[in-house]
Amino acid sequence: MNVAIAKPVRHARTSAVGVLIEVVKYTLLIGLAFSFFVPFLWMISSALKDDPQIYTVPPIWLPSPMHPENFINGWTKFNFTKFAANSIVRYAIPSTILVTLSSAVVAYGFSRLRWHGRDLLFGLCLATIMIPFQVVMVPLFITFKTLGWLNSYMPLVIPGIFGSPWFIFMLRQFFLTIPEELSDAARIDGAGEIGILFRIVLPLARPALIVVALFQFLGAWNDYLGPLLYINKEDLFPLALGIGILRRMTGETGTTALVYPYLMAVSTIITVPIIIAYFLAQRRFIEGITTTGMKG
Amino acid sequence: MASQSIKRRSTSEMTMQRRNLLLGLMFVSPWILGFLSLTLWPLLSSLYFAMTRYDLIRAPVFIGFDNFRELFTEDADFGLVIRNTLIYVGLSAPLGVITAFLMATLLNTRVVGRSWFRAVFFFPSIVPAVVTAAIWQFLLNIQYGAVNGFLQQMGWQTVPFLSNPSLVKPSLIAIHIWAQGSAIVIFLASLQDVPRMLYEAATVDGANAWQKFWNITLPICTPAILYNTVIAFIAGFQNFTMPWLLFGNGGPSKSAEMYTMFMYRNAFTYLRMGKASALAWLLFIVIVVFTVIMFRTSARWVYYGGEK
Repeated sequence: MNVAIAKPVRHARTSAVGVLIEVVKYTLLIGLAFSFFVPFLWMISSALKDDPQIYTVPPIWLPSPMHPENFINGWTKFNFTKFAANSIVRYAIPSTILVTLSSAVVAYGFSRLRWHGRDLLFGLCLATIMIPFQVVMVPLFITFKTLGWLNSYMPLVIPGIFGSPWFIFMLRQFFLTIPEELSDAARIDGAGEIGILFRIVLPLARPALIVVALFQFLGAWNDYLGPLLYINKEDLFPLALGIGILRRMTGETGTTALVYPYLMAVSTIITVPIIIAYFLAQRRFIEGITTTGMKG
Repeated sequence: MASQSIKRRSTSEMTMQRRNLLLGLMFVSPWILGFLSLTLWPLLSSLYFAMTRYDLIRAPVFIGFDNFRELFTEDADFGLVIRNTLIYVGLSAPLGVITAFLMATLLNTRVVGRSWFRAVFFFPSIVPAVVTAAIWQFLLNIQYGAVNGFLQQMGWQTVPFLSNPSLVKPSLIAIHIWAQGSAIVIFLASLQDVPRMLYEAATVDGANAWQKFWNITLPICTPAILYNTVIAFIAGFQNFTMPWLLFGNGGPSKSAEMYTMFMYRNAFTYLRMGKASALAWLLFIVIVVFTVIMFRTSARWVYYGGEK
């Protein structure tokens, strides 16, 4: 369009080339989207098969008859209600509440208060994002073992009290966009800083808080290494380790029937809520990344 | 009178400053405590453990630099693990950043249903790693997997993606590229931040699409490129979950044995906490040096919109 305004002579050529470019572009995009999505289709299709269908060569994509009962049988036979309850009640909910709350308090100190050495400490906080968990993994394990916290969710939940540098950073960036006048007005009315945080800043920062809570919940739901380190009682397993039980069985010979379909069925069940959550929070999610992550 | 009021004001300023400092420290104290107990203290104690032989049962025995010496001179696996990790990081990080950037560029053009495409590209990165591993293990299965089934139907040979030592790392890299949607989202956000004005001005000056991309889009996206590159390299060095799930035993000829897997094995299979701590410190040094170099050299190629 701009080309047309600037140089009307080239308009005809541009539109001919333009159509070709559009065709190439959409072919590429649809091809890419398809190849990104195919693994999920494979998961769902395998979840609907029985053993002979699973081991058919070449593989079939649309099994007939379908076996939707795999979703129920796989879930109940391997105790996934228990694993899901562990993941949600023992891990995701408490850690999300703790991390979100304390990250918000710390972010407030790093953004809405002026004090000597603030930016220096904040720089240090940011730098710690770069430190891989594995570097501190061994001493932390030893500490938590000494505290008697093995085979509990304490090592995964309690550190949330200290906030998370990544979330502190995201919330700080958001808090900085809230007009200072609002806080000043409240201060004149005699409000304390904690009151300002909870009554003014947090309600306005809801989109950012939701993003943080969502990320933490997702992180707990997906976490594998943490539970692998600290939890080895099957009763306490979260979803990720529960799936691990099924995965190991696929490698064993003479194993229970229908392990592959069950594995894929349960995988589908624990993936769907994530995808629904993404669609429900899509705008907030993407806006969260653009406003907090990029304008820093 | 005047001097007294100045003096009073300066003392009240002093107490104000001190009050603000205390208030600020109070608010950030959770992080300070966390930094001391979950980062600094473990870092220092792992430096101590690195100089000991420690199996969690008996008390640590101080052995100086023996763990490091053993790694560099006696342990044949150490060299192998470093090689595996460097190959994986050296390929997966740049390839991942480039594909993410190209895909974001494609999405940034006038596209019908952009948010749907973005969602599809993003999903793999939010799926649990165990699920990703389960899907891909079956997808790439030599006999019953969909990929080899497709190859067979086309009349081609089957490919042992997960059992041939030279194909293990390419498979891991492919899975990494599949599952890096957040990089795409970040690139897309940064591309949408490029002022339209610049493109319009360039169009008036007769610039073609390539010139606009090279001289406007790319420079303005350099901060996002730096960010995604640093993140990709660091994540690559600490990559554990996917190779561990797919190749728990290290893979064929240990071709999938990554640095952090080797470390985990030493710590929790062989209970060599000292040696694992030595490995942890070496990893820490490598990442610090790498990050410093990236940020130091970034001044030369990253564009910060005129700010210094």
